[in-house]
Amino acid sequence: MPGTYIPSEYLPVLIFIIIATAFGFGALIIGTVFRLKKPYYEKLLPYESGIDPKGEPRTRFAVRFYIIAMLFVVFDVEAIFIYPWAIVFDKIGIFAFIEMVLFIVILLVGYIYAWKKEAFQWD
Amino acid sequence: MDINNIISPQLLDAFIKFGINVLVIILKIVVVLAIGLLHVAYATYFERKVIGHMQVRLGPMRVGPHGLLQPFADGLKLFFKEDIVPANADKVVFYIAPIIFMAASMVNLSVIPFSYGFTIADFTISPVIADINIGLLFIFAMAGMGVYGIFISGWASNSKYAFLGGLRSAAQVISYEIAMGLSLVGVMIMAGSLNLTDIVRAQEESVFGMFAIPQIVGFIIFTIAAVAETNRTPFDMPEAESELVAGYFTEYSGFRFALFFLGEYIAMIIMASMATICFLGGWTLPWYITQVVPFINYVPGIVWFLMKVYACIFFYYWIRATLPRYRYDQVMGIGWKILIPVALANILITGLVKIIMTMYGA
Repeated sequence: MPGTYIPSEYLPVLIFIIIATAFGFGALIIGTVFRLKKPYYEKLLPYESGIDPKGEPRTRFAVRFYIIAMLFVVFDVEAIFIYPWAIVFDKIGIFAFIEMVLFIVILLVGYIYAWKKEAFQWD
Repeated sequence: MDINNIISPQLLDAFIKFGINVLVIILKIVVVLAIGLLHVAYATYFERKVIGHMQVRLGPMRVGPHGLLQPFADGLKLFFKEDIVPANADKVVFYIAPIIFMAASMVNLSVIPFSYGFTIADFTISPVIADINIGLLFIFAMAGMGVYGIFISGWASNSKYAFLGGLRSAAQVISYEIAMGLSLVGVMIMAGSLNLTDIVRAQEESVFGMFAIPQIVGFIIFTIAAVAETNRTPFDMPEAESELVAGYFTEYSGFRFALFFLGEYIAMIIMASMATICFLGGWTLPWYITQVVPFINYVPGIVWFLMKVYACIFFYYWIRATLPRYRYDQVMGIGWKILIPVALANILITGLVKIIMTMYGA
């Protein structure tokens, strides 16, 4: 059938994922037979250097982490765009190079803007 | 009733072929996994010995001669330890987080080639489980999956230390993933492929013999980013003992902790393998060595591969014993303000040199 593509070379990867997951679950489940289990109140508290935990553990955290996550999306997608370009670089030649210079310059504008806005600055 | 009446012989044939295929794959995976786990076990022993001797100690000495059985003793101990699940934790997510982390780093073993295909008694054995043409991209994708394990474990533990450790670790790993991805683009331009075997072949055929020479900038960026990706000292902010106890796996004990440990050491071996394959020529030696000492060709390639991988791993241990820990703002500053612009410049310069070389027919 034209247009149907079965990614058969990925079958080993799928089997590997299944085996790796089964290894993790299997070891944990078999372990329950041998492990002792004596829970008591103090043991089940979250560790806070030996004293009783105070307040919510999931407190507010710095907004920087959100900014880093957003910048990551931008830059990682950009890196993925660069990969195919790098692979076919030989075949396209000088045209590809000029295109990529333009692409990276556009990206650099955003990068400099983020830098000036102190997105990379942790105080 | 004959089986041929129910299933047509062609279909049966196809099924049997498929079954044999799957069996061969499973056999290969089990072999690779067993060898990989043995390497992880002795990587921990190697680390303790190396760091011990660097600090004028002996390292593990008690279990077996020179402590050689120490990894097994540790494994058994962790297997029989009590498995504590904190009362406030999100149970299901808490259970699966270490498995996600370990599986994501373990799956990378399926695309790492150890040598060229070889033939034993008419059977051609390919030394890579899944010879996919985007091997490098696959490893990046799985590195991204590992972040889920880290962050989910930090969130599900419902503990302040684990939460902060998970946040820090996730931010650090994704930041350095960009630098790492960009540092390898130079290699891709020179090799013209994402397949790891092709990259090694391109290095063998090149003038330099290994890409670490023309891509020295990329190699340095990759090494720094690899240390940060695997959360090792001097970038081990997520698990900085003096600040966060153990970071995202503070609340994990027993075998769940062992799964995190396993994932981390496999990730380190994968990073060393990637440095070997992409920059150090993999299992081949540069022509300027093989031509001067021709009998060195008789040494099987896997020996060189393992020697290069362990040289990289030794380097990671060495910097752990030597360098103090960075501050978190410094870690992020290095990643975003130095490594990414340098990697971008490296891409453009590599492209420019390649254009000039093809123009003048070199």
